[in-house]
Amino acid sequence: MFNINFYEAAVRSKVYINGAACISAQKASGNSSFFEEIQSTADNVFWAVEPDYTKLIPAASARRMAKGVKMSVAASKMAIDNAETSILDAIIIGTGLGCKIDSDKFVSAIIDSSEEFLTPTPFIQSTHNTVAGQIALGMKCTGYNNTYVHGSVSFESALLDAKLQLENNEAASILVGGVDELTEHTLKIHEKIKHIKFERIDSSQLLRSKSEGTIFGEGASFFITSNQKNINCYAELAAIEIINTLSVENLPNNLEAFLKANDLHVDEIDLAVLGNNGDAKFDVYFHTLADGMLNKINRIYYKHLCGEFFTASAFGFWLASKILKLQIIPEVAKMGEIAPSEIKNILLYNQYRGENHSFVLLKKC
Amino acid sequence: MSDLKQELKAKIIEQLNLEDVTISEIDDNDSLFGDGLGLDSIDALELIVMLDKDYGIRLSDPKEGKKIFESVQVMADYIEANRTK
Repeated sequence: MFNINFYEAAVRSKVYINGAACISAQKASGNSSFFEEIQSTADNVFWAVEPDYTKLIPAASARRMAKGVKMSVAASKMAIDNAETSILDAIIIGTGLGCKIDSDKFVSAIIDSSEEFLTPTPFIQSTHNTVAGQIALGMKCTGYNNTYVHGSVSFESALLDAKLQLENNEAASILVGGVDELTEHTLKIHEKIKHIKFERIDSSQLLRSKSEGTIFGEGASFFITSNQKNINCYAELAAIEIINTLSVENLPNNLEAFLKANDLHVDEIDLAVLGNNGDAKFDVYFHTLADGMLNKINRIYYKHLCGEFFTASAFGFWLASKILKLQIIPEVAKMGEIAPSEIKNILLYNQYRGENHSFVLLKKC
Repeated sequence: MSDLKQELKAKIIEQLNLEDVTISEIDDNDSLFGDGLGLDSIDALELIVMLDKDYGIRLSDPKEGKKIFESVQVMADYIEANRTK
């Protein structure tokens, strides 16, 4: 047993975040700052602020791309530029609903035209793996290409795949991303089933809401992960755990086990990044940790800045990575007093509607 | 005929999302594929569906498209001669 552990420790590489980029409801910020101007909404929906794509995507390619693909191709290029690399061994994407705009388009066309006159473009562009495919085509990356669609752990699943490959030296540099796009149809059906709040609230007050449901959002967050630390390194990706079904009662035990498996005591967590979305029915998971195990730990929140979507945790991951690099916690993410100290270990916890829980541990690199 | 050509140019731009192209930039005799407007095989499929939906022309042999979609002028001539709606 000792020999196996020794062998594993000797050959298993560490995993680093060497580049990051995020397109969200918040305006793009520089590499050394966070949100220069906070965007809020009173419509229960946070639409992404899109960059000028003409500088990032050739017009001939962009004309067939819907918002999610454009955001992803742009964010992936920004992340690659940020990491100052051009070599990618693999592309791994997480998405909850995939290319919803084109899905809506071709399904609507089937209904409107009585299954006749169906054009190919929306169908071709509607598959969940369109994003990873388009990025690979643009970058001429013929390596491993995969897309994970697992609700609110879609991004974490992609991240876990990348981590395992990098640790085992099966790849040296992997693009990992999380993306989801909103459509009017998505909003309409989620309002109907009350996953979106009935009453209109200001997003800045989201986490104080006492009603069920949340506000929706969209965005794309992309990262260059590698087993070689570069000069731009944001953080070390130390651990990921995904749990599909977990009761509120068992949550603290699971977190404790996660920390123990990573040789950490809860007191060694410098910052917890929690995925509260203002849903009174399900935020109880976050409250349980905030009032219990993480009571004395500095905590921040992010869904009042980006809205809820299946890959919103990728926004939280981007935020945490940047906090570790800059050693600055943006005021707007704080929900209480935070004691100033060096940030070495960040714990991220997220779940959506009581399912698909994830713990992620980031360390200062 | 002139109206049909204008209509075709507008439909090509809209259907194929040619965001940077205006009607006035497409000459009647410009090649639609290759060096001209730069359309590709997926665009050809979109145009085949457009002929069927808007003009009632169903191409049984997709190879016909190569000749029909040579330019806006050739397309307009073909539609005039074969349209059922």
